[in-house]
Order: sequence, then structure tokens, then C-alpha cells
Amino acid sequence: MASFSGTKINPAKFDKSQLPFYIILIPLAIFMILPIIFIFSHAFKPLDELFAFPPTFFPQKPTLQNFRNLFSATSESGIPVTRYLFNSIFVTSTIMIITIFISTAAAFALSKMKFKLKNIIFEINTLALMFVSTAVTIPRYLLISKLHIIDTYFAHILPLMAMPVGLFLIKQFLDQIPDSLIEAAKIDGASSFYIYRKIILPLIKPAIATVAILSFQIAWNNIETSNLYVNNESLRTFAFYMSTLTSNVGNTVAGQGMAAAATLIMFIPNLVIFIILQSNVMNTMAYSGIK
Amino acid sequence: MIKNSMSIIKRNTTSKEPYLFMLPYLILFATFIVFPIIIAIILSFTNFNGLQFPKFIGLKNYIDLITNDDVFMQYVLPNTIKFALIVGPGGYILSFLLAWMLAQIPKLPRTILALLIYSPSMTTGIAMAVVWTVIFNGDQTGYLNSLLLSLGIINQPIQWLQSPHYLMPIMIIVSLWSSMGLGFLAMLAGVLNIDPTLYEAGYIDGISNRLQEIVYITIPSMKPQMLFGAVMAVVNTFQNGAIGVMLSGANPTPNYAGQLIVNHIEDYGIIRYEMGYAAAISVILLLMVYWISKVAWRLFGEND
Repeated sequence: MASFSGTKINPAKFDKSQLPFYIILIPLAIFMILPIIFIFSHAFKPLDELFAFPPTFFPQKPTLQNFRNLFSATSESGIPVTRYLFNSIFVTSTIMIITIFISTAAAFALSKMKFKLKNIIFEINTLALMFVSTAVTIPRYLLISKLHIIDTYFAHILPLMAMPVGLFLIKQFLDQIPDSLIEAAKIDGASSFYIYRKIILPLIKPAIATVAILSFQIAWNNIETSNLYVNNESLRTFAFYMSTLTSNVGNTVAGQGMAAAATLIMFIPNLVIFIILQSNVMNTMAYSGIK
Repeated sequence: MIKNSMSIIKRNTTSKEPYLFMLPYLILFATFIVFPIIIAIILSFTNFNGLQFPKFIGLKNYIDLITNDDVFMQYVLPNTIKFALIVGPGGYILSFLLAWMLAQIPKLPRTILALLIYSPSMTTGIAMAVVWTVIFNGDQTGYLNSLLLSLGIINQPIQWLQSPHYLMPIMIIVSLWSSMGLGFLAMLAGVLNIDPTLYEAGYIDGISNRLQEIVYITIPSMKPQMLFGAVMAVVNTFQNGAIGVMLSGANPTPNYAGQLIVNHIEDYGIIRYEMGYAAAISVILLLMVYWISKVAWRLFGEND
């Protein structure tokens, strides 16, 4: 039994037997975060420091010049950066909200209702976890042009709303909520819609938070839509604008400063949202297993 | 009471209500996921340039892909296999080991370290490319070049991202770096939720070290999370295929060094407008993902 005391998962406090794990984990975590720290310091470097050899790790005279350049810059076709940013925010928030509603509703039906096709639908959805969207860029393009939504916000929004992994996580989370709660409400005469709104949604907040993060990441970082389905420059997103920065001026140092500033703007919302919601995510992932 | 709830369940089996709740999701799922796959399969048997009506040509695209496409056989397929074999299992094993180690330390440091390790996976796609181009920048202001120059290891800056020699290793490093994503979090949650009494019982039954503990208790107790993580790893590996083009800024990549199957699809479908042929490559890609995931299913699935 002596050896057992050392194998404690999720220990309450520090013990020197944990030291080997820290010795491996801390350097690794630093390696993982290092490139992101580079980008941070890059974004705040003045022009001469971006050129400097050897490159400095931290900016000596931090400046917001790169951000100012970024926001005063306009793309080749005269669209201001704020327009791209607006498009990103609009598209991303719409996708998030709709994804949450359609996946929670579908998960509610899959988990708590009985109907014929239930198992088949869930199995197809589990199969779709393996779906690699880049494989069907071309059929999607044909579809989007046939639906006449090329060059509209719909081209951004519609393809990203059905998220198999989102439905999967919510459904798994719902499965562990006892049916008795719902049955009690039904006996009291509550309609399914009322149960969905008043009982299910409040109970699955952690899963909703997780799906919100995932759909945020997918939508916010997406450049394929702007690249392929949207030719109208004023409807393209910030992520797309950023990719033009790197391909046109990426190798010049001034462009690098702007690209770094843009990367921060891309990255910070991801990070902040994740930090705020991380305990919800961990709570949801506990039920993420595929059985 | 029992009778009452029985009748409620019964009422539901005949009602259309579940389908109503499923409808919005199902429509979008069918339109943007199932339907494109079907189109890809159909187009893969045709000659289609995007303008004229597709012409049925049977298996010709697949035969050409295997017998006539030098770039595919010489570069794309070997590159994809090499990339997938290292990044897929490598990222997966790393995710599991990191998750397992993180579970051995208290909550606060665990949360902070997990956040640091997870954060690279938030910088998908283009942000990831920008981050790494700063490091691998081809002139002396690039961090890696300047480090190697000042250490005297190299005499002049190396064009890392334009070099056929270095592009693939860099793609692998970058992909591994960003692979601690959703699967990693699932496995972390999985390790943390294992019933501690299982370990106790295991030690009584004669387990004597940590490795045995992982093999006989940890992994079998979290098979569902292991499977979820494996599926995520496979999908991420193939989805990340664009990284070579993003890093080098060109499709095709220099000397096809970083050309993966996803880039080959874009090369034919979007640049050359040979959409039937591109569709055939897509079908091969989807089959590869499916087949590899099935292997994971064999290993960790409970009812297969």
C-alpha cells in the first residue's frame, strides 16, 4: 500500500512526489506559450526594433504604432480594417447564437425524447465527427453558388451552423441529467418547448458554454469562406484581411508588425473567453466520451 | 404514477415533436455536410470543369490518380502519410501523457499549465502561420536564424519556409505544437474522473508501478474519452493540411515539399478547375479519415 499513496490523481495539495511532473510540465508549457509571447512582444515593437539584429526578445520602447498602422490601413480595394472587424464580429456572433439554439434543441430531442430515427441520427452525427470540411470545399462551393448566396452574409453563416461535435457534446451532457426532472414537469402539464426553455437550457449551461467557445473558434478563425465564397471585399472578414497582410507584405518587416498586431486581435478574444469559461469546458468534457 | 409516465412516453412516440426540435439542425446538417459529400462522390466519377455539365467517365479519375498523377504518387501521398503518421499518433500520445501528468498535480497549477498547453490550439490557421513566420523568418531578423547565427552554428540566414528540406519538419513541429486541443481537454477530464478506488483495488491486485497503472487502469477506465481524443486527432491532422501553404505562402509549396492531400485538392479544384478529379481526391481523403478512425474505434470502442 505504500506505493499507492504516491499515485494520487487530482491531489489536494503539493507534495514532493509531484516534482517530476512539474519538471517536465513547466518547460513544456513554456515552450508551448513561447511563440505566442513572441507575437505579443512583436506587436508592441517600434519599427527599428522589428528590424534589429539580433532581434530583441521584449520590446525596449513599447509602442502602439503597429495597431495604429493596422487600423489606419485600408486594403488595396479601399475597405477600412474596421469593416473587416465588423464583419467578423457580426458573422461570428450570429453563428454562435444560432449554433447554440439548433444544437441544444436537437440534443434535447435526441437525449430526452423517443422517436424512431433517434439512434440512426445520433450514429450518423457521431460518424460526422470525422468530417473533414476542407475535403468538400468544391462541392460546397457549387452548392453555395446554386443557392445564390455567394457574396452574402449567408455564405459565411449557413455552412458553419451545423456542428456535429457541438451536438455530440451537448447530447452526451444531457444524457446524465435524470429524466425524472422532465417527467415531473410533463405531469404538471408543461409543454416540450417550455421544458426546453425553462429546464433544459439552464441545466446544460456548461455544455452551452463549451459549444459557444468551439463555434466561436471555428467562425472567428475561418478564412475559407472569405477566400472562396465571397468576392465582395466589403463582406470579407478580419481573419481574411490578416491572411492578405502576410502574403503581400509578410516578408517585409513593417508588415510583420501589423500582422503581429492583427494576430493579437485574433487571439485575445479566444483566450479571454476560454479563461472565463474554462471550468464549464472541463465539466462538459468529462462527458465527451464516445461509447 | 408509473402508468402515467408510460403514457407520456407512448404519446411521444407517435408525436412529430422530436422531429420539430431536430429540424433546423437536420436541414443544415444535411445541406452542408451530407449533401456535399454526396456531390463529391458523384462528381468523382465525372469530368467537370465547373462550367459545362459534368460528363460521366466512370473510374477514370481514380485510375488517373493512381497511375498518371506523378505529383500525387511521388510527393502528395508520401508527404501526407509521413505527416499523418507523426502528427496524428504523436500529437495523440503527447496529449494523453500531458493530460495524465497534469492530473497528478493540484488544481490551481494544473489549470494554469493546462491553459498554457491548450492555448496554441486556439491559434488555428492563419494566426498560427503568422506566429511561426516570425520565428522562421528567412532573414537574420528571424528568431531562429538570429539565434543560430549568434551561436555560430550557421554563417548565413536560412530560408526556412522556402526550403524543400526544412518545410516538412517545420510543418510537423507547428502541427504538434497546436495539437493539444479538444481531445487533450477530453482526456484530461477523463483521467480526473476515474474512480480512485479502482487504483486502490489495482494495487491490491498486484499492480506495482505507474506504467502498469496506466495500461491496466487509467486507459481502460477512460476508453470513451480516448476514442473521442483519437477521432479529434485524426480529423485535426487532416484538417491542418493547409499549414504548409500558409507557412510558405505558395500552392504548390516549394518543390512540393509540404504538399498534402488537402492542398492537392485545392490545386486541382480551385486553381486548375478540374473539379471531377479534385472530387476523386476528396473521396480518397474522406475514406482515409474514416478508415483510420475505424482503427481507433477497434482499439477503444466498447460496442464494436
